[in-house]
Amino acid sequence: MRSNPAWLKHTAILVMSLLLAGVVANTFASAGAGPALKAGVFNPPRLAPEFSLRGSDGSEVTLARYRGKVVVMAFGYTSCAAVCPMTLATLTEARSSLGEAADAVQVIYVTVDPERDDADRMKDFLTSFDPSFVGATGAPDVLAAVRQNYFVTAIKHGTGGDYVMDHTSSIYLIDRTGKLRALMPYGHDAADFVHDIKMLLVQ
Amino acid sequence: MTLSRATSPTEAFGVRDGPRTRGRWLVPITLSLLALGGLGWAALAPIEVASRDELFEIPRGTWARRMAGEKIEILPQTIRLTLGLNDVLLLRNADEVPQVFGPTLLMPGQSFSLPFASASTYSFTCTAHASGQLNVIVEPTPAPGWETLGWRLRKLTHTVWRLAGLPEWHNH
Repeated sequence: MRSNPAWLKHTAILVMSLLLAGVVANTFASAGAGPALKAGVFNPPRLAPEFSLRGSDGSEVTLARYRGKVVVMAFGYTSCAAVCPMTLATLTEARSSLGEAADAVQVIYVTVDPERDDADRMKDFLTSFDPSFVGATGAPDVLAAVRQNYFVTAIKHGTGGDYVMDHTSSIYLIDRTGKLRALMPYGHDAADFVHDIKMLLVQ
Repeated sequence: MTLSRATSPTEAFGVRDGPRTRGRWLVPITLSLLALGGLGWAALAPIEVASRDELFEIPRGTWARRMAGEKIEILPQTIRLTLGLNDVLLLRNADEVPQVFGPTLLMPGQSFSLPFASASTYSFTCTAHASGQLNVIVEPTPAPGWETLGWRLRKLTHTVWRLAGLPEWHNH
């Protein structure tokens, strides 16, 4: 009498093969290609809403002025203790890493605190990061309209001179043609900005 | 003295096998081996997905329905994603008017595709929720073994849930 029928052996071999195939396939599996940009991408991109604000360099700041450049636009205020310094430091590092290509990049920092942030104060603040950064301020209602167009929130907390502003911390990426291409959430490092800016520069 | 060789589970206990006795053992053994093989595959084989997008869409006519007083919620308060599997949050506005959707404003027909590269918890401003925040929890890619097996079982349960027509499961 046969103790192990042939088909039982074959089944056992099949099971072992399945296990082995799983191990091998898992070892060589690739994660697959991810999205092109590190930031969140708008599809299709639309023209970034235009604005006209007072620049920290003494001139009028509009998006049209920077056509041909990639515009990196952040919203914040000079008294911000945590988010804005980190954002601006990251953008400073990114711009520095871009080398000569940095000339084709413009950082615009729009204040959410026009009560304290005049052009001179913004200039002093931004110069400590990168003198090429341009601050933008204006009348409260004009800035409120800009925030509405970009769905940026800014909420005042506290009274007196020590109030703080809770504000949107994401950063907008606008391409050379003035189209709003992407939104980089807070927390990305300089390498991610460099990656995305380079991609926008060659498109 | 002659030693008899035990050739089957029943013979090992001193019971002589007949053809019918052997048949009773072979079927459960085979099924057990196949089940073991299936579990092994489910635990070790890489998970392959057709798309890494986790889509949330504002359907056409949503604005009109809201204006008519209907309460419509599209984005849950918390969204769970898994790195390498569904780690791209895709928001689409299929309505005819601009809509604030999650962290951004979308024009009619426009979508916003936000990839995540690190496992963490992310919070975004979202006026659609009472808390004013949308939370996205990105979990690490399941490791081969128990984690992959658990992921597949949850996915299977989710699929059965949906096929049964039960209310949408939002991974809260």
